[in-house]
Amino acid sequence: MKLTKRLNKVFSKKKAPKKELTVEQKISRRNFISFGSFLALGSAAYGGWRWLYTSPLEKKGITAQAHAPLRAVLNTNEKIVRGLYSNQNLVKTYPKGMAAKTVRHNSDIGSAGLVDVEAWKLVVKKSNGEMLSIGIDEIMKLPKTEIIYDFKCVEGWDQISHWGGVKFSDFIAHFKLDAETAFEYVGMETPDKKYYVGVDMPSAMHPQTLLAYEVNEKPLPPKHGAPLRLIIPVKYGIKNLKRIGSINFSNTRPRDYWAEQGYDYYAGL
Amino acid sequence: MKVIKEKHPLLMRWTHWVNFPILTIMIWSGLLIYWANDTYTFSLFGVTFIRFFPQGFYDALHIPKRLAEGMAFHFLFMWFFALNGFLYVAYTIISGQWRELLPNRHSFKEAWQVVLHDLHIRKMAPPQNKYNAAQRIAYTAIIVMGFGSLITGLAIYKPVQFNYLVWLCGGYHLARIWHFVLTIGYVLFFLVHVVQVVLAGWNNFRSVISGFEVIDEKPQPVIQIENDETNEKAE
Repeated sequence: MKLTKRLNKVFSKKKAPKKELTVEQKISRRNFISFGSFLALGSAAYGGWRWLYTSPLEKKGITAQAHAPLRAVLNTNEKIVRGLYSNQNLVKTYPKGMAAKTVRHNSDIGSAGLVDVEAWKLVVKKSNGEMLSIGIDEIMKLPKTEIIYDFKCVEGWDQISHWGGVKFSDFIAHFKLDAETAFEYVGMETPDKKYYVGVDMPSAMHPQTLLAYEVNEKPLPPKHGAPLRLIIPVKYGIKNLKRIGSINFSNTRPRDYWAEQGYDYYAGL
Repeated sequence: MKVIKEKHPLLMRWTHWVNFPILTIMIWSGLLIYWANDTYTFSLFGVTFIRFFPQGFYDALHIPKRLAEGMAFHFLFMWFFALNGFLYVAYTIISGQWRELLPNRHSFKEAWQVVLHDLHIRKMAPPQNKYNAAQRIAYTAIIVMGFGSLITGLAIYKPVQFNYLVWLCGGYHLARIWHFVLTIGYVLFFLVHVVQVVLAGWNNFRSVISGFEVIDEKPQPVIQIENDETNEKAE
């Protein structure tokens, strides 16, 4: 209103400084200005949308396949949310009776087929170049932690499920990996290296993050990532890597399967 | 004699029109997320009555594998949706426009009369100022719904960090259902809204772009005008 009034003043000064406009003239003038700006702003908005919708995809790297401006927003959102992030915030847990008997699994990437559990070793790459090779028996000797929580998939489904394993933080402490927690990220990959995730250290060290070897109090079946998988309740399911083969640490983002498909790298809840 | 009657302030017009493409994009990108796993059905006693979207729909629109894209757009435009909404609400409060918008104690009774009038059952519509009773209720509900979408959306977006919002929504699962039900609400509102705008005619539509209505005023007895003024004050 103010704008149109001001415009009216400008116009009337130039054109007819003395004559008062008739109502008809006022109406057509205001219509012209407001519909004109409506069309102009509408076209600009449409142009902006076309620009965004056809904007180039980001350069292939740790993340890929998202429109560059949208990736920038996802990364900004991550910064904002990581500012709010607190390891004091626990994921809600449920009584055992509520856990699903048949636990849903969506994908066999990196965990297809059977695995020789006897021969399987978890390889941990330390920052000094040293490699740890850990059998499943050694991991099962560590204090066991169970969690019954609502597993959330980016697809929009959720399911209460019951997992057992060792806390990632307990695992770190036991194998004297405290120095590695100074790094910003943990990377994990399947033995065949076909499936891999990168997780920020605070989320990895969250008290509810498990290296799980049990589901519903039984050893993991192959499709759930036998013999060892990640259960990270503060993240979407896409970060819960199945059949972990190796763990590494770095200050740059480790490669991440779903981030390469265009998803948010952080994927935190 | 034609008279210009001011109706919608500039900021209310802008936020209204800005909201339209934003909400369209939010619904579209939200559906890309929804379609990644289309589990919502309406079932009673184990019998499914409604299942949204038949298979041909998915095939025709090449829907699968666009989840990441849908999320990326959704998580950008959520900012615009929220900012635009806050701007509108803040302006409505500060400018005093809320007096024209919020339902008052007569609105619920009158809204029924408006509906009857719109359906051509009742001849006379109840007296109104800027908005009639039905509009007051519908437009206020839409604002409350927008706020609801924001709360349920944040609850789904970061359920651990915003766990109190999840609790407020009655749990993660319910928050998702609310979020989706509200979306259906917008679509229904939109349909009725557009039909009403068409029926209300050009003068009304123009006022949402230009801000004013043109009234053909006939010279009236002085007493009538005084009555009008007292009516307005009483409102």
